[in-house]
Amino acid sequence: MRKVYTRVIQIAGNVITVSASGVANGELAEVYSQRGTSLAQVIRIQSDRVALQVFAGARGIATNDEVRFLGHEMRVSFSADLLGRVFDGSGVPRDRGPALSGNWTEIGGPSVNPAKRIIPRHMVRTGIPMIDVFNTLVESQKLPIFSVAGEPYNELLARIAMQAEVDVIVFGGMGLKYDDYLYFRDTFDTQGALVRCVMFVHTAADPVVECLLVPDMCLAVAEKFALEGKRVLALLTDMTNFADAMKEIAITMEQVPSNRGYPGDLYSKLAARYEKAVDFDGAGSITILAVTTMPGDDVTHPVPDNTGYITEGQFYLRNGRIEPFGSLSRLKQQVNGKTRDDHRTIMNTMIQLYAACRETQEKQAMGFQMSAWDTKLLKYGGLFEQRMMTLSVNIPLERALDECWNILAECFEKSEVSIKAGMLDEYWPEKSRPAGGSAA
Amino acid sequence: MTSKPGRIVAINGNMITVQFDDHVIQNEVAFAVLGDQRLKSEVIRVRGMQADLQVFEETNGLRVNDAVEFAGNLLSVELGPGLLTQVFDGLQNPLPRLAEECGFFLKRGTYLKALSRETQWEFTPLVKQGDTVRAGSWLGSVPEGIFEHKIMAPFDLAGAWTVTSIVDKGACTVDSPVAVIASADGRTREVAMVQEWPVKIAIDAYAERQRPVEPLTTKCRIIDTFFPISRGGTYCIPGPFGAGKTVLQQVTSRYADVDIVIIAACGERAGEVVETLREFPHLEDPRTGRTLMERTVIICNTSSMPVAAREASVYTAVTIGEYYRQMGLNVLLLADSTSRWAQALREMSGRLEEIPGEEAFPAYLESRIASFYERAGAVKLHGGASGSLTIGGTVSPAGGNFEEPVTQATLKVVGAFHGLSRERSDARRYPAINPLESWSKYPNAIDEEAVQFARVMLMRGSEVNQMMKVVGEEGTSVDDFVAYLKAEFLDAVYLQQDAFDTVDAATPLERQQYVFAKVSEVLRTHFDLKEKDAARRFFLELTQLFKTWNPAEWESDDFKRIEQQINARIA
Ligand SMILES: Nc1ncnc2c1ncn2[C@@H]1O[C@H](COP(=O)(O)OP(=O)(O)OP(=O)(O)O)[C@@H](O)[C@H]1O
Ligand SMILES: [Mg+2]
Repeated sequence: MRKVYTRVIQIAGNVITVSASGVANGELAEVYSQRGTSLAQVIRIQSDRVALQVFAGARGIATNDEVRFLGHEMRVSFSADLLGRVFDGSGVPRDRGPALSGNWTEIGGPSVNPAKRIIPRHMVRTGIPMIDVFNTLVESQKLPIFSVAGEPYNELLARIAMQAEVDVIVFGGMGLKYDDYLYFRDTFDTQGALVRCVMFVHTAADPVVECLLVPDMCLAVAEKFALEGKRVLALLTDMTNFADAMKEIAITMEQVPSNRGYPGDLYSKLAARYEKAVDFDGAGSITILAVTTMPGDDVTHPVPDNTGYITEGQFYLRNGRIEPFGSLSRLKQQVNGKTRDDHRTIMNTMIQLYAACRETQEKQAMGFQMSAWDTKLLKYGGLFEQRMMTLSVNIPLERALDECWNILAECFEKSEVSIKAGMLDEYWPEKSRPAGGSAA
Repeated sequence: MTSKPGRIVAINGNMITVQFDDHVIQNEVAFAVLGDQRLKSEVIRVRGMQADLQVFEETNGLRVNDAVEFAGNLLSVELGPGLLTQVFDGLQNPLPRLAEECGFFLKRGTYLKALSRETQWEFTPLVKQGDTVRAGSWLGSVPEGIFEHKIMAPFDLAGAWTVTSIVDKGACTVDSPVAVIASADGRTREVAMVQEWPVKIAIDAYAERQRPVEPLTTKCRIIDTFFPISRGGTYCIPGPFGAGKTVLQQVTSRYADVDIVIIAACGERAGEVVETLREFPHLEDPRTGRTLMERTVIICNTSSMPVAAREASVYTAVTIGEYYRQMGLNVLLLADSTSRWAQALREMSGRLEEIPGEEAFPAYLESRIASFYERAGAVKLHGGASGSLTIGGTVSPAGGNFEEPVTQATLKVVGAFHGLSRERSDARRYPAINPLESWSKYPNAIDEEAVQFARVMLMRGSEVNQMMKVVGEEGTSVDDFVAYLKAEFLDAVYLQQDAFDTVDAATPLERQQYVFAKVSEVLRTHFDLKEKDAARRFFLELTQLFKTWNPAEWESDDFKRIEQQINARIA
């Protein structure tokens, strides 16, 4: 029987300090207060002063409440029974299913030996041209959606998850609006995906500290599935809430902030999670698709900024569309040379022309004369936005490529698009087909 | 070596405070004992009878009163034959062998010898009994891949020593003695092929440092032509995320004209290292015909690996670089990213509750960065040969803003600055080195006067471009407009370079000189262009021609044919 302590000597924010001995760093404890029982985790020890962050929050904790140390760290149980289940951040069921038990695995485990990783090589098809053609998603990639509040980022996340060919989906919600939680659950359910899905959900109404656990719970489970050879897709929304929860704890612990109140280890903390994305040499894979909302649409805000330095690109969601500029899939070159031989050429040409069109739009806005070339660019830009950028467009990669050729042929002469002759001969549509093959 | 005991009194993240009862040394290695695991740590501050240690591992599970063993030596690496082709973590653990022992995941507290104790190396003596040697003298050599790996007298020898015995030519392992040497006052020392050296102390067993004046060709046009680096020099690549720092370093690691490349992946993505370590064994080094791996050492402490070891990793890398320099080789160290190392310092400084400087970086940030880059240099060895260690580091400034402490501290000490800009990378103008802001203090291997002319052209083009944003194309003179088109042309066909095209990715110096002469000709020629549309069309076509010229094999039929087309156009 482990010792019970009843001397809470300090309460600040959601961190309590207990006078205790023989306690291990990172160990879990249970705190029994009038509000019920909560888990807590040791985050600092100074001789007999043990600081714990209380998952349910410190509100209502009395200085003489009981604290019992459990002798192990935060963990999650793993089995195929997890599929179809919903839990909160500390692993308590949110559905009516049984509590977690047995086959425990510690969360936040060590990183994968780089020597056991392989170079990613499989495309993940999404049916969204702005992704498939221009910024191809690759199995084992870690990629956030950068978005301002109010954009349909959760819808986009759900849609990619439904269309991606993966074995298991692990969903982590952080600071999720309750409606959004229900949206995800219902979407997974109606599309028949719930049976290959595990959800760890922290809603905006739940205690902040629990939010901190969600990514680690998800990724520990994802890792276990991947080691069994499964292709796992981890969805994490919204990582900015996770970062804000870290900020709160850091300030409580009186850490010196580095940038706009965020702790100096924000980069390392985010990287520890994102780097769980992996293609194992001899087992399955984890792909991480996350949401990072940008306060004030500011990509230099510490959370998107640090995230950008960690992830392998980002999808930039603005005005309901995935922006071609600012969006980037750093792994696209691993796969887009093996899809269709015109893929890379189309990708580059279309983007360059669209960039030229944007410049022309600026000139037009300033009231400058439009040349014949400018007029062509403007027409091109319109068609590109309508047939490629609109999020509702849902076509396979090959049809999207064909459609790109059609747009080019409708707007330009062969000689104007600077594409190699051989490629033009093969793909340039002979008669420009007006609107014929437009989006479904 | 006896280990002195201590006891943990406090744990804060990866810092532990230890009560000791004898004495400790600053930067001494210690091990925190956790069951059957021993977690490597380093003393970073001593106050009274308590020492603060940074632990190179996760500290979960440690308790107050747990034992700590002080090892008596500073944090060191093993130096000897067999370093090349290896992949180490920041503490010089060989990762592939760790994977064989521990499987998919890293396991804390597991430390393996960096060098194999079984491999037999064919030793050839270079000195004989009675010869005088000093620190760094070449005692013999063993073949290590394509190199004659020199076995050197220990770097910590003071003064002149005499060889009392040396083994004959033959095979031996790294830790079997190859020589015995004696000092003037009668002390003797056995010398093996492997020696240890503390990473935070520079190896300086050379006669003198020389000015870095010999160009180091990277085969990247904008660098070699406009912002060159020298062997033994230093340079930095700051840039916002996704601007192309890593790709630029990857390309450099393949094509740079040096003997040995050391890649320090410091706090960045594991995936990027995987590309290198999976591909290099299959890529041919055109200089030697062997694989690139044979000239490469990878130090890999990626972002999810323990933070304190990240700080150690750059020192591990630079020490190995200095070691090969002592053999008279030209070494290039590429560190990606030095900001992560600076952040590791910041995290630790925070735990030590030091008074924070700007953006919470510690006050000693600048001096740490300066002394790191100072370890680069071209040197003349005692034996007369020369070697060099060049250091190139990326910097990842918060928000992409160069007015931040790490970028600023780095700019003060390096010899060349390759600043990447978001505008250029967004416009897919790779490599996104900003030609108007970057600089180099090193001498150029390309016609300096022509380069200067091109620089002026770039500046003029950018001014016209700014002006056009205000007054529009119609308010711009044809002359100005042509200047703008020429600058754009130079940018498109020379500054930009396709890192993923096998030919274009690497332009040897000879080809750069040749092509740049042709580009300069275009810049200097006055074309008779009466109106802007015609001018635009002319330069568009010329650009297109040069762009098909770049991926054509040097001096191939294609190359010559396109050149003729170009000549016909600009005649
Ligand atoms: N020379 C190049 N040619 C073509 N594409 C490039 C080039 N350089 C960079 N890119 C593109 O930009 C992407 C990002 O480049 P890179 O990974 O080098 O950025 P970075 O500056 O290292 O970013 P971070 O700071 O986040 O590590 C690459 O994946 C590639 O798609
Ligand atoms: Mg990088």
